[in-house]
Amino acid sequence: MKRWRPFEWVVALRFLREGRMQTLFIVSGISIGVGVIVFMSALLAGLQANFIRRVLTAQPHIQLLPAKEVARPLGPPLGVRADAWVDAMAQAPLQRVRSIDQWQTIVAQIAALPEVLVVSPSAAGSALVVRGDASRAISAVGVEPARYFRIVAIPDKIVKGSSRLGASDILIGIDLATDLGVTIGDKIRLTSASGGANTLTVSGLFDLGNKGANQRTTFVALHTAQSLLGLEGGVSHIDVTVKDVYAAERIARAIRLETGVDADSWISTNAQFFTAVQAQTTANTTIRFFVGLSVAFGIASVLVVSVVQKSREIGILRAMGITRGQVLRIFLLQGGLLGLAGSVIGSLIGLLALVLWQRYARNADGTPLFPLVIDPLLFTIALVLATITGLLAAFAPALRAARLDPAVAIRG
Amino acid sequence: MADAVLRLQEVKKSFNLGLPNETEILHGIDLELWRGEFCAVMGPSGSGKSTLLHIAGLLDRPTSGRLQIGGLETTGLDDHALTRLRGRSIGFVFQYHHLLSAFSALENVMMPMFGDAGFAHASMELRAAELLQSVGLGPWRDQPAGHLSGGQQQRVALARALAMNPPLLLADEPTGNLDTQSADAVFSLLQAFNREHGTAILFVTHNHALAARCHRIVQVVDGRIQSDEAVAAQPQLE
Repeated sequence: MKRWRPFEWVVALRFLREGRMQTLFIVSGISIGVGVIVFMSALLAGLQANFIRRVLTAQPHIQLLPAKEVARPLGPPLGVRADAWVDAMAQAPLQRVRSIDQWQTIVAQIAALPEVLVVSPSAAGSALVVRGDASRAISAVGVEPARYFRIVAIPDKIVKGSSRLGASDILIGIDLATDLGVTIGDKIRLTSASGGANTLTVSGLFDLGNKGANQRTTFVALHTAQSLLGLEGGVSHIDVTVKDVYAAERIARAIRLETGVDADSWISTNAQFFTAVQAQTTANTTIRFFVGLSVAFGIASVLVVSVVQKSREIGILRAMGITRGQVLRIFLLQGGLLGLAGSVIGSLIGLLALVLWQRYARNADGTPLFPLVIDPLLFTIALVLATITGLLAAFAPALRAARLDPAVAIRG
Repeated sequence: MADAVLRLQEVKKSFNLGLPNETEILHGIDLELWRGEFCAVMGPSGSGKSTLLHIAGLLDRPTSGRLQIGGLETTGLDDHALTRLRGRSIGFVFQYHHLLSAFSALENVMMPMFGDAGFAHASMELRAAELLQSVGLGPWRDQPAGHLSGGQQQRVALARALAMNPPLLLADEPTGNLDTQSADAVFSLLQAFNREHGTAILFVTHNHALAARCHRIVQVVDGRIQSDEAVAAQPQLE
């Protein structure tokens, strides 16, 4: 007997070793359960991270917009109901491109928030691009490259030319370039609805992975867009990225309260997508819960059988002076050890399945379907939860063992 | 005058208390056992011998009456205190050896000491080895309990019962499952421990020849002590 091991450990380990086949089967069952949970969790986390990355790759987490213009009718004449008057007279106004009031202060305020990573002001509006006989309606987005490219990584999407954005440069999508028949170094003329116009040089072609976006979106320097859109010194949006993408809605609400400016999070602008992600998470959690539950019942049933099989031995241990507490701990330990052993093997099975998935589940071009992040925290959680599940599952049989009347147990 | 190792006064035991089928098994037992006494308990099956032994061994509680172990009144003690008292003051040998099959002979003998201390240490191993040597099983010390013969297993059980050097040993037909030769060997060991260590022994048996070799024979019939006779002079102990 190892001297450093407590009595309960020694007896629990020997009991498990003695019931070799039972132990083997239940550890296999737990391993499969934990393996499934680990594999599913990592797969779903990878899938969701990939979805979210794709959604957020071309948009900020939070966008601040100027308040909508509203018509403010005078009060109704005497004898006319107020709501009838508003309906009749207050026609919804057209929404012009307007600047966010006091935007420099707001940018500084938001940048000071600890949860915020990047704040980037931009001026965006519609314009007409003309080259020879061809013309297209586009969205001209004026940005400060040093900040905006940390939100939307345009340099990574450049397929030709560079992401340089000088005062007379423009970045356009590959599909717009095809439509207009332009390439790097060519000049195109932009005219905005407010009458502003500028001739710009194509410095780079990008591919956002979406034909519509490639045809419509263009990027210019912030002051170029400001003069083109008639927004001298102003910005129409403030784009924000935050550390925790799932906290975006809460932070947007906080920004709204603090600044009084409309702030939309990616969660509210992609509500259906987010609902789908949440539904997927709920389904996965439910599956994991039931797998965990079946593992718990497996452990409990094996230990109940073990208590019945060993009731005489428990009786003789009690006759020798072993306390109820010691008997309780012997069976709790068995549950915990079964959970721990099963979770170690299950984690390895899950890891192996993830490695195989990464190796064999690939796109037609040989690239991975989506990158999987093998997070050590997932394995730690699996180990801790399986061990706790084992302990909890063992509680009822352990209590039964501890409550055995030694005289009855010895008589059999 | 020293206290009796075991004292039962007016001990009664009923089963199914408060139910229509309530049955009184022991009807007011008075019994004292002194240090160095080797007392046989005889009686027909169902007379209450085993129940008496379980109560004397603190495995079961009397319905009424008083029970003292080494002068300590036990009726008011809680389960934890009774368990510790049982572990340190009373050794058990049953008709069936009840060895833990997952452990070796040596480990089985160490078990009461190990359970009491919580951790194993060298002195326990030494004591267990000595006890196994004394019951003639020194060479079998590392054998798994299940690999020993019936007689050997009962001798290991006897060594285990003596591991804590208890003042009281309760033996419930320990020779009942053994052949004559093995039964005689086990009984001789009991006698030797009684003689050498002054261990008081309460020995339930149906074997008249073995009972005749004890100091005293108590006859239990229908839950009452019918007779209590000295059959041999008890050795004088200090």
